Amino acid sequence: MAHGPKPGFTRWLYTTNHKDIGSMYLWFSFAMFLLGGCMALVIRAELFQPGLQIVQPEFFNQMTTMHGLIMVFGAVMPAFVGLANWMVPMMIGAPDMALPRMNNWSFWILPFAFAMLASTLFMEGGAPNFGWTFYAPLSTEYAPPSVTFFIFSIHIMGASSIMGAINIVATILNMRAPGMTLMKMPLFVWTWLITAYLLIAVMPVLAGVVTMMLMDIHFGTSFFSAAGGGDPVLFQHVFWFFGHPEVYIMILPAFGIVSAIIPTFARKPLFGYSSMVYATASIAFLSFIVWAHHMFTVGMPIAGELFFMYATMLIAVPTGVKVFNWVTTMFRGSMTFETPMLFSIAFVILFTLGGFSGLMLAIAPADFQYHDTYFVVAHFHYVLVPGAIFSITAGVYYWLPKWTGNMYNEAMGKVHFWLAFIGLNVTFFPMHFVGLAGMPRRIPDYALQFADFNQIASVGAFLFGAAQIVFLFNVIRTVRGGKKATDEVWENPQGLEWTVPSPAPYHTFSTPPVVR
Amino acid sequence: MGFKRLFAFPTVSAFASTAFAQETAQKAEEGVARWGVNMTQGVTEVSRTTYDLHMLIFWICVAIGIVVFGVMFYSMWRHRKSRGYQAAQFHESTLVELAWTIVPTLILIGMAIPATKTLYDIYDTKEADLDIMITGYQWKWKYDYLGSDVSFFSNLSTPHSQISNQQPKGDHYLLEVDEPLVVPVNKKIRFLITANDVIHAWWVPDLAVKKDAIPGFVNESWTRIDEPGIYRGQCAELCGKDHGFMPIVVKAVPEDEYHSWLNDRAEQAALIKELTNKTFTFDELYERGKKVYASTCAACHQPNGQGVPGTFPAIAGSKVATGGMEGHMSMVVNGSPKNPAMQAFGAQLNEVDLAAVITYQRNAFGNNMGDTVQPIDILNFKNK
Repeated sequence: MAHGPKPGFTRWLYTTNHKDIGSMYLWFSFAMFLLGGCMALVIRAELFQPGLQIVQPEFFNQMTTMHGLIMVFGAVMPAFVGLANWMVPMMIGAPDMALPRMNNWSFWILPFAFAMLASTLFMEGGAPNFGWTFYAPLSTEYAPPSVTFFIFSIHIMGASSIMGAINIVATILNMRAPGMTLMKMPLFVWTWLITAYLLIAVMPVLAGVVTMMLMDIHFGTSFFSAAGGGDPVLFQHVFWFFGHPEVYIMILPAFGIVSAIIPTFARKPLFGYSSMVYATASIAFLSFIVWAHHMFTVGMPIAGELFFMYATMLIAVPTGVKVFNWVTTMFRGSMTFETPMLFSIAFVILFTLGGFSGLMLAIAPADFQYHDTYFVVAHFHYVLVPGAIFSITAGVYYWLPKWTGNMYNEAMGKVHFWLAFIGLNVTFFPMHFVGLAGMPRRIPDYALQFADFNQIASVGAFLFGAAQIVFLFNVIRTVRGGKKATDEVWENPQGLEWTVPSPAPYHTFSTPPVVR
Repeated sequence: MGFKRLFAFPTVSAFASTAFAQETAQKAEEGVARWGVNMTQGVTEVSRTTYDLHMLIFWICVAIGIVVFGVMFYSMWRHRKSRGYQAAQFHESTLVELAWTIVPTLILIGMAIPATKTLYDIYDTKEADLDIMITGYQWKWKYDYLGSDVSFFSNLSTPHSQISNQQPKGDHYLLEVDEPLVVPVNKKIRFLITANDVIHAWWVPDLAVKKDAIPGFVNESWTRIDEPGIYRGQCAELCGKDHGFMPIVVKAVPEDEYHSWLNDRAEQAALIKELTNKTFTFDELYERGKKVYASTCAACHQPNGQGVPGTFPAIAGSKVATGGMEGHMSMVVNGSPKNPAMQAFGAQLNEVDLAAVITYQRNAFGNNMGDTVQPIDILNFKNK
């Protein structure tokens, strides 16, 4: 197999290789992670003490909006697609993705989408400033002119996601090696299969809602304008019908990653594999019927409130099953604590904390006090940062030796972990307190009683930011050289990816492996 | 408790404020509860029930957390390779899986029952003693006491100099208004909540009332306050630039005090109607207009009349303020036909304030038009 990558830049431009495309997705998402992170640091710097010091409220709102959009659509989602690109074919014994040219396209439209989104920062009237949830009419009649560019960039990101999802479904359903039955697939493949269906179901809804906005802004319709006979609450229903499954799009692949890592370092098979699959499917189903729990204060009829409260509480059951399964996998294992395992354990603990606050938020009458406060900010950062970000980080450390053929620096990995773990908790834990004490979210300045915890949170944020530099440095070092990794890398890990050499050759499984 | 601020912020722009920040910190010890970590119990039946519910779920979560993390930390301590522990190989148990599906479901049902009861209470807006209409505007609240003539706007009263760190911050920094909502204690008050422009949310933690104010919708909520006092809250839904600067202050007073306050307000409203026919001097209009401008216009057009380029037009040297009187009146009274952010202030301000603020805008910021407009002219313009 002498067939290797083309030399030069065109390798990356024209590539249809799942490994190249996976790498590009991962680097792109890391760049977006740093950009979105810098915006978060602007926010935290402004909130370091009461009063306006660094930015004005207009710009503060642009920062919160862009931070959310970039982290969700630019950092977390492309990172998971990157991991899927690298790992799904290798895990199911396929030579590549089913639709390699589309794969290339779905990556290469992303940089343009985000270049367009970022360019709004330099436009007259500024970037979108209406929150990442862009509630109408603030995002329509009252929006800055740059909203149109925001709409088109969302369209492009949506197209990219849908193509990526179709590709993953087609790959998993058609290209498994002989003997790789569905119930033998690694959980990462299972969770991604379900995630891909969620994406195909809800990204068109997002495209629909931004198109309705476009119509309202430029073509005289009144979907969301009460004065024209429209309904601002309709916007929220449509948005959250996308938005809630989106939350699970950002967490289901994470479940798959830690379900691969914990058994490896506990040296014990995953407990309850089939219940994990069924729990994932249940969560995906429930994610479609809980959207209005984001809208408990809009004035729904009580029957609606009750339905969405009960359905939301129900999500705790399959999610609990997953946590219990991970803990039981660790129980009576023979554990070691390399960096991927540290991140995975932190994932289980902190994601569970985020789940607890999620359960509290599900209780509608209590939610009237929590809604739109920093308690909510704490909640979703606890599920997203240790949930999505930590699992992606764990996955990168876990598979990096397979990708590069070199071992990363374990000491540096541990430094990264502890800095990130401490930084994360110092940043987000105090937010529970200020939220409960009454601080609304998305405000550039606050009353004096919130000053102390905000100051602590800001310090934590910069610590968390610094931790990412260690990560970047470690990854670059590993790509460039280091101790050679064995083919298995870890002690008896399960999965086809560990049967190919390290680094994985440009083409793997040109002949399908036999799965018993 | 001589608490010092944890860190001094070292940028140039904040340098001047550090001294003030320390002063503020000392001042805050008296009036502001710091290091608050939990939800308020509030001053209503509903707020106390909500608090109890919150604590119930919290302790359930703590209990589950102790069990789950307990097992986890035990394994991490005992079952590690470095201690030579041999891994077991079990990976399934239908019984255990069933147990940890059914037990959480039962716990959830236990939580859902009190939550449902509380929700029914909160939704019962029937048989109120008093109705107050609350309208959210960018960036202030309007209160209409239904069944009386009393109606007013409630604006942030924290001076800009405190926000920009040129003065020490007061105890109720950002949580103080020019006109609080005054309500009687021990009466069921129904709030009818809506908005004029974008979505806002009216939230007072001590009352456990949070309801979105949505243009085109009227939401209902209610409260019955037990103790006289001043209760503070904020807008809870992102509503644009000054979302963080539209607080809510509710002043709960004994019933007789409430009635005398209401009568005073009704008399004031009648007085304003009389003033509409009075002819004011330039200085009277200019001085009154300056105040109206500060509370109504300055948020967007800025205290110096320079606006925000690309977002809010300047008043200084603007075509409207230095053009014909008719055009200027139309812009202020009817709002901008092109930009919804420029609201129709004809319905928000009385004729005297409209005349004053227009006169002020035409003569301040170097506009120096030298003309005035009288309240009666505004009334005639409105009736045209």
